[in-house]
Amino acid sequence: MDPFIRVEGVVCPLDRSDVDTDQIIPKQFLKRIERTGFGEFLFWDWRGEEGFPLEQPAYAGAPILVAGRNFGCGSSREHAPWALEDHGFRAVIAPSFADIFRTNCTKIGMLPVELPEDQVRILMDQAVGEPGTTAVIDLERQVVIAADGREFAFTIDPVIRERLLNGWDDIALTLTHEAEISAFERDHEREGPVTTPFA
Amino acid sequence: MSGRTLFQKVWDDHVVRAADASGPAILFVDLHLVHEVTSPQAFDGLRLAGRKVRRPDRTLATVDHNVPTIGREAGIADPLSRAQIEALERNCAEFGIPLFSLRSSRQGIVHIIGPELGVTQPGMTIVCGDSHTSTHGAFGALAFGIGTSEVEHVLATQTLTQGPPHTMRITIDGEVGTGVGAKDLILGTIGQIGVAGAQGHVIEYAGSAIRALSMEGRMTVCNMSIEGGGRAGMIAPDETTFAWLEGRPGAPKDFSAAVERWRELPSDWDARFDREVVVDAASLAPQVTWGTNPGMVAPITGRVPVPDDYEDAADREGVQRALEYMGLTGGEAIEDIAVDTVFIGSCTNGRLPDLRAAAAVVRGRKVKEGMRAMVVPGSMQVKAEAEAEGLDQVFRAAGFEWRDAGCSMCLAMNDDILQPGERCASTSNRNFEGRQGKGGRTHLVSPPMAAAAAIAGHLVDVRSFDTDLAEVR
Repeated sequence: MDPFIRVEGVVCPLDRSDVDTDQIIPKQFLKRIERTGFGEFLFWDWRGEEGFPLEQPAYAGAPILVAGRNFGCGSSREHAPWALEDHGFRAVIAPSFADIFRTNCTKIGMLPVELPEDQVRILMDQAVGEPGTTAVIDLERQVVIAADGREFAFTIDPVIRERLLNGWDDIALTLTHEAEISAFERDHEREGPVTTPFA
Repeated sequence: MSGRTLFQKVWDDHVVRAADASGPAILFVDLHLVHEVTSPQAFDGLRLAGRKVRRPDRTLATVDHNVPTIGREAGIADPLSRAQIEALERNCAEFGIPLFSLRSSRQGIVHIIGPELGVTQPGMTIVCGDSHTSTHGAFGALAFGIGTSEVEHVLATQTLTQGPPHTMRITIDGEVGTGVGAKDLILGTIGQIGVAGAQGHVIEYAGSAIRALSMEGRMTVCNMSIEGGGRAGMIAPDETTFAWLEGRPGAPKDFSAAVERWRELPSDWDARFDREVVVDAASLAPQVTWGTNPGMVAPITGRVPVPDDYEDAADREGVQRALEYMGLTGGEAIEDIAVDTVFIGSCTNGRLPDLRAAAAVVRGRKVKEGMRAMVVPGSMQVKAEAEAEGLDQVFRAAGFEWRDAGCSMCLAMNDDILQPGERCASTSNRNFEGRQGKGGRTHLVSPPMAAAAAIAGHLVDVRSFDTDLAEVR
């Protein structure tokens, strides 16, 4: 995956909480077997709503989405971060994220940034009040820098941060421990259930 | 030093490599379940990197999300759905993974067939590219949903990297009233803790109301852990668990030795949890969701709330939006809400006792005129068992459609879909906007409550029916 070091650009506001992955990418688009091309279906059912931010020219090409708490709840579909990525987003800022969505993001090089509710509110109000407002997310320094220069520090698991900064492939990393996996299989793996007889 | 929780014991048993400064913990995966929707890109990734499936003997695939539940003999009309199912068939053949495809007598929803086969067992780690993998926790397994990148990781390494979650015990004590079942327990619990209430936590359900549940009821509870934000949900194995597993095709050959091991799994008496929640089972009436997430729930005897009932501004806004989407004004009696569709099925409530409970309500009655009502068994095995008991006849005679197994209208990826404005009493797990079809409105209920709504034509308290509610558990 591509490294994530620093992203600067327009902040697109989505002032809703508990945004579930069914809204981010509705099920009818999950029939595709490709990894790319989901961007045009992002927030499909909400796109037609009057004033929906993603449709506003001022937010076109925004790399940063700011949203309400519990973003990405529901289905485990990785198609949700794929659609955000394909649409051009590199990071989502919210007061909290659903667990699976958060993991899915970091696996593809997208950064979920968790900030306290009042700080998210400041960024949200700036993005709504002045469409086209930009911000910077600096993963090395672990700060979000608002357009007015205010800095909001965020925390992230140091191991995940390292992987994102370097764009490392998770599977390749795990396979460096192949000997340990084999040792576990030899010494600790429990008997069955073996699925192959059911084929 | 305090004792260990069920979760901690299962975790400890599967650590390939402990977390350190250079990397997260690596956990061995005992069982990887695969379905057609979240796997094709993972298999492509394997091919691209020239990797193999490390342990096809610990992997099992089926088709469920995207399959027709009627007219299967004719094949799949939708070319995209067909291509996705054919892709899984090709991938499983290429990598040697056992697959129950469309024509298999074992085909079914991935979370129904694992337990049914007996390959879901206490103490295991189980993952699947599906958030309702938490279902398998009912057996005392650590089971959770993963994304496609992680599916690829498990296929390639039979392991997963994991940060340590927090632990949360939800104790549900008390005797449930007649007509109140597992679905009501979990909906009531989510109503209490909220849809993000268990975020970052693995839940252990405990208490007398949980102990009293059948395995199917426990699966219903664990299934919806994710709707409360939980990473996983677990229940300590006991005699109910062992009796249910014994004799199943995948059960351990030396069953008594396995039971001895499994008896070690329950949380130690002095184990500490990061959070404790208590739910009073006796106070719960049958539950109905009125809004657009599973936490927006009320007793059938209650009323739809109004935004001013809520203190938090974001809550008020969310409720307002939900009411608009649901075509409600707020303040209505729940029982006054008319429905035009009833769906009985899904990984939450598509098992034999679910169908029995619904049939007990339906027997000798007719579906309200103009209503569309369908029963979709969770697996072809459940379907066959239900037919052997004559349940299909009960449903058909009342005017229900009786279909083949699949996820069906729970997420409406196939043709089983709501039209805009249609309103459904559904035994599934999510009432999100558009979940059952764009503009469709979902009320989550238990199987007997769904059956009762089909007869009455509106949401109704099943306890008011002249039915032997002892069968309605």
